Amino acid sequence: MSANITVSDLSVSFRSARGYVPVVHGISFSIRPGETLALVGESGSGKSVTSMAIMKLLAPAPMTRIEGRAVVTDNQGNPVDLVALDEKQLRHIRGNRIAMIFQEPLTSLNPVHTVGDQIAEAIRFHERLSKAEARRRALSLLEQVGIPEPAKRLDTYPHELSGGMRQRVMIAIALAMEPDILIADEPTTALDVTVQAQILGLLRDLQRKKGMAILFITHNFGVVAEIADRVMVMYAGRIVEEGSVLHVLSSPRMPYTRGLLASVPRLEHAGLGQAELGTIPGYVPDPAAPPAGCAFHPRCAHNKPGICDVEPPELVEVRAGHQLRCSRWQELCLEGGVR
Amino acid sequence: MTRYILNRLGQSAVILVLVSLIGFVVLNLAPGGPLSQFALTPGMSQAELDRIAEQLGLNRPLLVQYIDWFSRLFIGDWGRSFRDGQSVLAIIAGHLPATLLLMGTSTLVSILIGTWVGVMGAVRRYSVFDTLATVGAMVALSIPTFWFGLVAIYLFSLNLKWLPAGSMYTIGDQSIGDYAIHLILPVMVLAFVNVAIWSRYMRSATLEVIDQDFVRTARAKGLPYRRVLIHHIVRNALLPMITLAGLQLPTILGGALVTETVFTWPGMGRLFLDSIGYSDYPVIMGILMFSAILVLLGNLMADLLVGLADPRVRLG
Repeated sequence: MSANITVSDLSVSFRSARGYVPVVHGISFSIRPGETLALVGESGSGKSVTSMAIMKLLAPAPMTRIEGRAVVTDNQGNPVDLVALDEKQLRHIRGNRIAMIFQEPLTSLNPVHTVGDQIAEAIRFHERLSKAEARRRALSLLEQVGIPEPAKRLDTYPHELSGGMRQRVMIAIALAMEPDILIADEPTTALDVTVQAQILGLLRDLQRKKGMAILFITHNFGVVAEIADRVMVMYAGRIVEEGSVLHVLSSPRMPYTRGLLASVPRLEHAGLGQAELGTIPGYVPDPAAPPAGCAFHPRCAHNKPGICDVEPPELVEVRAGHQLRCSRWQELCLEGGVR
Repeated sequence: MTRYILNRLGQSAVILVLVSLIGFVVLNLAPGGPLSQFALTPGMSQAELDRIAEQLGLNRPLLVQYIDWFSRLFIGDWGRSFRDGQSVLAIIAGHLPATLLLMGTSTLVSILIGTWVGVMGAVRRYSVFDTLATVGAMVALSIPTFWFGLVAIYLFSLNLKWLPAGSMYTIGDQSIGDYAIHLILPVMVLAFVNVAIWSRYMRSATLEVIDQDFVRTARAKGLPYRRVLIHHIVRNALLPMITLAGLQLPTILGGALVTETVFTWPGMGRLFLDSIGYSDYPVIMGILMFSAILVLLGNLMADLLVGLADPRVRLG
């Protein structure tokens, strides 16, 4: 198996008063060593749920239902399906073969333990190590993630560090066991723009050295262009467009992707006011009451009654490695006029 | 740090003056008073009563009495009991060990069980265990202590004859085992209510921590369940409980009025009740001041402990 992680037909439903509500519908993807796949979508599109389902960090069984497969390689080099593992088996994979960093580094670190302890902890429960040895490893990790004066920082508490430094600590924790897969859930959203660029640079750097696969969750296309090889656009729990960053960003075919791209503020449009900044009207649909047909049709500028609101479109390959989900993509292409 | 503590002690002194003043005034406003106790003695004449009042200094103006009493506190003279002329400090010291034994044991038991019940209830929220614990706590809080104490005596002492009905030891025995047997019932009655209170606080403190991002991080690291629970969840949930535990100090040393009375336990609670019955003002004021000092000390200790346990808290 050449991919570091292969997710196939992953679905997630949450229990509610009126039965299970599906929030992620049959998502499939794989990421190769050294590759970065960006998962993009609005809030509520299901991107975070997807990543949390892979890590099995959602509420346990009766509260949530996870179906499908998420196959990674275990410590012995055998393929294992994370969805099928129980908590005990999972703990040897989590933080070891697959690690995760989160959006808000301050709340993601325990306020009452030192940074050094929190990194060392990530190692000591996967490897038999003395405390002193774990501390040495923590020190070297702090060095690797570019924290100045790492020896001093080992004994500081999270609230004594800046946002960028905290996220570096989170990265150090995630990389402690040199995982095959790193899931980054909006790791730069809470940071200043300059710090954001530094963290992205650091992640790219570390990826080049260690060859890990990254699943990068974001709603920021600037970040996608910066870090990703491939991009997957998610809407209402489904993948609606997937392809190389070049294809998707320069010639998006699915109207939703186009809408998202048009709503990115651009420097060259400065002074033109609202007119140039596209917005997508309406909101992400309620998972408990999805619209018939294409989930995006109520908000789509190219909605054609009788087509779009009847049959849900399938994911089709429009060229090698570029897939999308739209019933009218060929027409729209011929018209050439998708806004 | 030293400065902070000195500051707090200074504030405490002001509060103590206020507490003593209010206590003194209210006590003397109450009808009856110490002389009415002596008046009950058959054949007591008014002249004799006047002499007693003069001996005890009760014929002086109230303000003079107060200033005299308050200034003596500082030289360690907390006055003498109207009842038997013993020094107030000696009386308090004599009743303290019994209360410490009873309240220390019951507080320890309550905190241990209450913490465990609270954490388990929060971890398995809405489970059978959690529901039973919630209902049990409501029941425990609704039952008056004196009634529960009497039922416990009726059941375990009178009917089953397993445990003694009261007092701290059997005269002539006084072995550790004898003390332990006498402790069981009152500790059970006290713990019944305190476990309920403690577990409710612990449950909500745990629930507040359990969904925090750092707990998710701890799980994402691949830590074993016990490590996540104890090192990350409980460790943080205990922070607000420190303050609560600090407020327990006055009850640990101040005793339990009802329980000590029901089980004829020779502690501070009963001393207080008896002293009120005899209008023994010096002892009442002594216990009042003692409790006030404990409340202030308990609070200060809790704040210092929170400063130690939570690196985000800076004292000063």
